[in-house]
Amino acid sequence: MIAYTFKRLLTLVPTLLAASVLVFLFIHLIPGDPAAILLGDTATPEEILALTRELGLDRPLWQQYVLWFKNVLSGDLGRSLFFDTPVLQVIADGAETSILLALLTMFWIVILGIPIGIVSASYKGTWIDQVTSGFAMLFASIPTFWLGLYLILIFSVGLGWLPSSGFPSVSDEGGWTNMRYLILPSLTLAAPNAALIIRLVRSSMLDVSREDHVRTARSKGLHPARVAIKHVFRNALIAVAAAFGFTFAALISEAVVTETVFSLPGIGRLVVQSILRRDYPVIQGVILIIVVLYMFVNLLVDLAYAWLDPRVSLS
Amino acid sequence: MRYVTALTLGSRMISPVSDNQPLLRVENLCIAIQNAGQLQPVVRDLSFEVQASQTLGIVGESGSGKSLTVLAIMGLLSGSPVRVTSGKVWFDGKDLLQLSDAERRSIMGDGMSMIFQEPMTSLNPVYKIGDQIMEGIRHHQHCSAKEARTRALQLLEKVKIPDASTRIDHYPHQLSGGQRQRVMIAMALACDPLLLIADEPTTALDVTVQKEVLDLIAEIQQDTGTAIILISHDLGVIAQTCNFVAVMYCGEIVESSTTEKLFQRLGHPYTRGLIESIPPLHSDVEWLNAIPGQVPALNALPVGCSYQPRCSHAQAQCRQNPPVALLDDEHIVRCHFAQQLQGRAS
Ligand SMILES: Nc1ncnc2c1ncn2[C@@H]1O[C@H](COP(=O)(O)OP(=O)(O)OP(=O)(O)O)[C@@H](O)[C@H]1O
Ligand SMILES: [Mg+2]
Repeated sequence: MIAYTFKRLLTLVPTLLAASVLVFLFIHLIPGDPAAILLGDTATPEEILALTRELGLDRPLWQQYVLWFKNVLSGDLGRSLFFDTPVLQVIADGAETSILLALLTMFWIVILGIPIGIVSASYKGTWIDQVTSGFAMLFASIPTFWLGLYLILIFSVGLGWLPSSGFPSVSDEGGWTNMRYLILPSLTLAAPNAALIIRLVRSSMLDVSREDHVRTARSKGLHPARVAIKHVFRNALIAVAAAFGFTFAALISEAVVTETVFSLPGIGRLVVQSILRRDYPVIQGVILIIVVLYMFVNLLVDLAYAWLDPRVSLS
Repeated sequence: MRYVTALTLGSRMISPVSDNQPLLRVENLCIAIQNAGQLQPVVRDLSFEVQASQTLGIVGESGSGKSLTVLAIMGLLSGSPVRVTSGKVWFDGKDLLQLSDAERRSIMGDGMSMIFQEPMTSLNPVYKIGDQIMEGIRHHQHCSAKEARTRALQLLEKVKIPDASTRIDHYPHQLSGGQRQRVMIAMALACDPLLLIADEPTTALDVTVQKEVLDLIAEIQQDTGTAIILISHDLGVIAQTCNFVAVMYCGEIVESSTTEKLFQRLGHPYTRGLIESIPPLHSDVEWLNAIPGQVPALNALPVGCSYQPRCSHAQAQCRQNPPVALLDDEHIVRCHFAQQLQGRAS
């Protein structure tokens, strides 16, 4: 297990290298001159040229890349063109919101997706199954921004129960009660993914329940609920664990939309704004971190997979 | 009164069983498959008995309803489109079909247990075999994990798993097919059942392993006095292991008797056909005497005797009336010509 983990971490290096080249190239394909945007409408061509030179943007692309990459290796992601502070600092500012949002979202996905999926499979064909499957279908197909806006309309504007935008840090006044700012965004983000997990849990449980070993379990005289959880769900979980990798990927892109809809000071919104500002170093830094995170999550999924299924050997 | 010897492994003594009350009595059992709102009968008017510590063999071609019959007895049909439509199943003095689900479950795996055809898929891949054996023990006997583990280890030794104390912590995929079937047997024996149902326990195994597993079942029968229902489509296997035989064809028992009488008399032409289609062991055969024709589809059963289209002795009478079971002390044959055909070579 440890050897395997170490080997997987080593394969991170070439992947990261490739990812960084791609990221770098794509970003420089975005039309628009950062120097011109930074200086605004009133800037003269001479001023723009001077700033371009100062930022090193006049050099050939490969030289810019090599320079950037050397710095990355030493842990320096560069300076934000817009804030003029270290990129790492800019990202760290948004990290709290995004991490808390991600954790709360995962919490909803697990707490809603798995039990509802189990109930839906256990009552297959009954009205319970039809209602849960119907809602799952609905939420899986609603666009994130649309759901977000409706939740704001109902729970903030209509009922006034929950705040509709922003997120003061939990270290500010209010402490952990500030988490209420994240309830609507996290539900928005969780809904389509929880719906997918419901459907996945249901269909994998129905697949497993047709297997011979479930009949063996029933022939021991066990209670149906025990058979459903200990035998059917436990095997279905193997397929569900694999899906959490995809869910994470989906979360990243949907978080960008959600943070924008709810004006959350997170990394998702930072990416959008940085693209508008042509703040290359920030975009590069964020994407690099997302790539690392994504690969790390997939490593975790593979480890979980091997842990759940004794037939899988890690080597 | 006849007393069955106490089990060697278990804590429970089998209760005395009177001679005229069989351990299991199936009366006029009918089973049907629900198909698009219609009930398609598959097992028709089945009756048989199993006495305590006896071995009943059920033999018949594929699709004759052997598995459905024993699944109905076990109570494993729920969740499938198959239903028991009428009849009674008396087990140990209770009519199983009248019991509540909970009462039924208290018998499953305890008083009665089952071994399945597919050892490769019948064990849960994510649990250690020891834990799977212990599960039933803990469920029915409410003992500590430690006691259950000791018992599981004994059982594994009993079914001759080599190096049982290591194997107990292995997962099913680490075992061969034969070993897995032994584990299944250990699991079925866990609570000293009065009745053990084995549905083609060796079909999926190599020939050499088949013999070992059958020998093991026979040995367990000797040791524990458990009654056994053994399903097979191999009459040879049945002849070696069972006291009683029931031959099924198209959801009916066409012949049933003690093994000895069955082979002496060969009352039903179908039984005869089954025996003649066994390849002789020590000679080169050019072809097998397979029974001509095919098993009719369930929704296209012939009028009269269901075997009549394939039977070389069929007469006008066979095409009109279904034969009533012909009673000859313990020998029942559903054939109009059972008396005449008895013992005659075809
Ligand atoms: N769950 C089910 N749904 C629909 N039809 C079924 C189901 N189970 C069995 N059948 C049908 O019922 C008939 C009897 O099946 P059964 O499994 O009892 O046969 P069998 O005698 O055990 O045959 P084999 O020797 O192949 O195991 C077959 O025609 C089969 O197709
Ligand atoms: Mg069968």
